[in-house]
Amino acid sequence: MSTAEPASARSLGLAGCEACGLVVRLPAADGMDHCPRCGERLHSRRPASIERSWALAITALVLYIPANLLPVMTTNTPLGAVSDTIMQGVVELWSPTSWPLAIVVFVASVTIPLGKLIALAYLLLTVQRGSVQSNGQRVRLYRLLKFIGRWSMLDVFVDTFVVALIQLRPLMWVEPGAGVIFFAGVVVVTMLAVNSFDPRLIWDLPHQERHGHD
Amino acid sequence: MTEREAEPQAPELPLAEVTARKRSRLSAVWIIPIIAAVLGGWIAVQKLLAEGPTIEISFASADGLEAGKTTVKYNGVDVGRIESLRVAPDRQRILASVQMAPAARDWLVDGTAFWVVSARIAAGGVSGLGTLLSGSYIGMQIGTGSERVRSFTALAVPPVVAANAPGRYFRLTAANLGSLDFGTPIYFRRLQVGQVASYRLDDDGRGLTIRVFVNAPYDRYVKNETRFWQASGLDVSLNADGLDVRTESLTSILIGGLAFDTPADNADAEPAAADTTFELFDDQVSAMKAPERGSIRYVLHFDDSVRGLAVGAPMTFLGMPVGEVVSVRLDADRRKKDVSVRARVLVAAYPQRFLDVLADPQVLTGGSKAITPAMRHALLDGLVARGLRAQLQPGSLLTGQLYVALTYVPQAPKATIDWHSDPPVFPSVKGSFTDIEARLTSILAKVEALPFEAIGRDLQQSLATLAKTLQDVDALVKRWDGELTPELASTVAETRRTLAAAERTFAGAGKAVAPDSPLLAELQATVVEVRRAAQSIRVLADYLERHPEALLRGKSEETQE
Ligand SMILES: [Zn+2]
Repeated sequence: MSTAEPASARSLGLAGCEACGLVVRLPAADGMDHCPRCGERLHSRRPASIERSWALAITALVLYIPANLLPVMTTNTPLGAVSDTIMQGVVELWSPTSWPLAIVVFVASVTIPLGKLIALAYLLLTVQRGSVQSNGQRVRLYRLLKFIGRWSMLDVFVDTFVVALIQLRPLMWVEPGAGVIFFAGVVVVTMLAVNSFDPRLIWDLPHQERHGHD
Repeated sequence: MTEREAEPQAPELPLAEVTARKRSRLSAVWIIPIIAAVLGGWIAVQKLLAEGPTIEISFASADGLEAGKTTVKYNGVDVGRIESLRVAPDRQRILASVQMAPAARDWLVDGTAFWVVSARIAAGGVSGLGTLLSGSYIGMQIGTGSERVRSFTALAVPPVVAANAPGRYFRLTAANLGSLDFGTPIYFRRLQVGQVASYRLDDDGRGLTIRVFVNAPYDRYVKNETRFWQASGLDVSLNADGLDVRTESLTSILIGGLAFDTPADNADAEPAAADTTFELFDDQVSAMKAPERGSIRYVLHFDDSVRGLAVGAPMTFLGMPVGEVVSVRLDADRRKKDVSVRARVLVAAYPQRFLDVLADPQVLTGGSKAITPAMRHALLDGLVARGLRAQLQPGSLLTGQLYVALTYVPQAPKATIDWHSDPPVFPSVKGSFTDIEARLTSILAKVEALPFEAIGRDLQQSLATLAKTLQDVDALVKRWDGELTPELASTVAETRRTLAAAERTFAGAGKAVAPDSPLLAELQATVVEVRRAAQSIRVLADYLERHPEALLRGKSEETQE
């Protein structure tokens, strides 16, 4: 171990109990470590962090396809029923008066979920490659991902409101489409993927990384 | 497990407890994306399965059609949607690419029809009002063919009758269409039982064939003897019973209609076969009187002129209609030595009508509904033996129309019905026009009875009276000239002028009034009036003679005189 590197709890053989906060030494013995005070499992890094993140990110990507292809909303009027996917909604909103709204919807519903997945993939790839460059920027990116997560449900919220408010049967009523469920799935799974990612891995050195990360 | 360095710097920290690890590698977390992928794939498959066949429908115009919006409906259920519209290469038609529902796969066979449904006010009522809000849609009717077809040509006019509607088609021949149209209702006893399905001009252009559909179960009321007639509008007739207004329904007033009925004696007949052809009559009266079943034809020979005897002219028996003239021809009679040409009138007698006008038909028929031929022969032979003959008689003096009357002719030469010829020859006699003569005589008698002489005498007398009165008045005026009050003076002068004018008039009238002048009656009334006026003036003159002071003081105080 190089003394030039800053010490981490892990490099010192220590771990904090996530349940009771007790700092314990991790024995060299092979097996699952438990907190001697409360019995919680101890990890110096989130278990299978990269693997889970990848799995969830891929899930999100798979769900992203039907979320965009299936209609999110069906508007019923006496003139007939019109089903809109997210992109169709954006196109419909794109008019001289409501183009800012179109941009908001496009950014919140199309760009951000995809951007989050790309950013997460970038973080996972760099961690797996043991990159040590621009660690500060990558951590800021991670914090951004965590922050944005809860706001990505904008489209789902809008959909929910519209469906709840516009129920003027038989003149006009709005029904949710299957797309909105997949869209909510994308957002939730992306949040879980981001949560599974252990940002401490960014700072772990490559030689430590290769040994595992429990 | 991680390789760790034992750190002597923190010996006071507790050591983690270690339990045995279950070595299960390849995290279960990978199940999540697999589930997501399976879910996505399943939805994609569902989507693909939900995709029905795409067909092409050719329209004359895309009016009211909208790509992505206009739906195809089968009995009101959406079964497809127009994906795109484009102009056909020949630039005559519009081709619509229609995405059908998977369930419609088996319906796309030859015979399947499509048409545009939009709001339409036409015969049969107002239809498709719903499309005013929702826009047009494409109606669909499933054909009976078995061959799958992928391109269709839309109908120009929606089919009036659903393909599987229970009922039967019949054909009507008509001279012209009148106010009929697709969907024109057909009434039976004022109940709508069907509609006009289609019509087309006959190949020779001389008439129309109208195809009508009568719904089950009413189609069984269409018999071989059933008559169809135009029930369009109002039928107003003024007859001996008063004003008679007939119509089938309010709708038929607006858009016309057809009606049918069967003569009562054929009501029990078997229903007519589908596609039986009927004649379409103009009105109910002509429809119901047209050749009745069981009519018996007779030939009548006349030596006198048949001018004014039209086909359809009635044949009466003692004034009651029992038949009609079918044809009027000339006929050469070869039985005599020299060929003679005479008029041959073919008449149709309706035994049923004869029975209808009998007060007690059972006496003749013995309870049965019709007269048997044997019965008829015996009856007619008896009547002819008693002098019954056919005779032409004038129906109207003004138009000179004739009709055939069966009357008893006294002292008629002996004759019999020739039952051997076909049709039988009924004996006839020369038309007697005594009727006209009698009428003319009576008119002349009335004209003669007019008191021309009396009128003339009256006129003379009045003129004489007038002249005398005028003289009296003149004398009066002369005697009291200057003593009369100005009002009376002017009145007297006025009266004189009037009387003088009347005298002139009468003098002129005396010369002008011819015995046959229509002015006579009026003149007579005038004469009476003038005579009365003259008498009044004479009374006044007499009174003034005895009481001249009345002119100044008035008449009232002198009443006791
Ligand atoms: Zn603990």
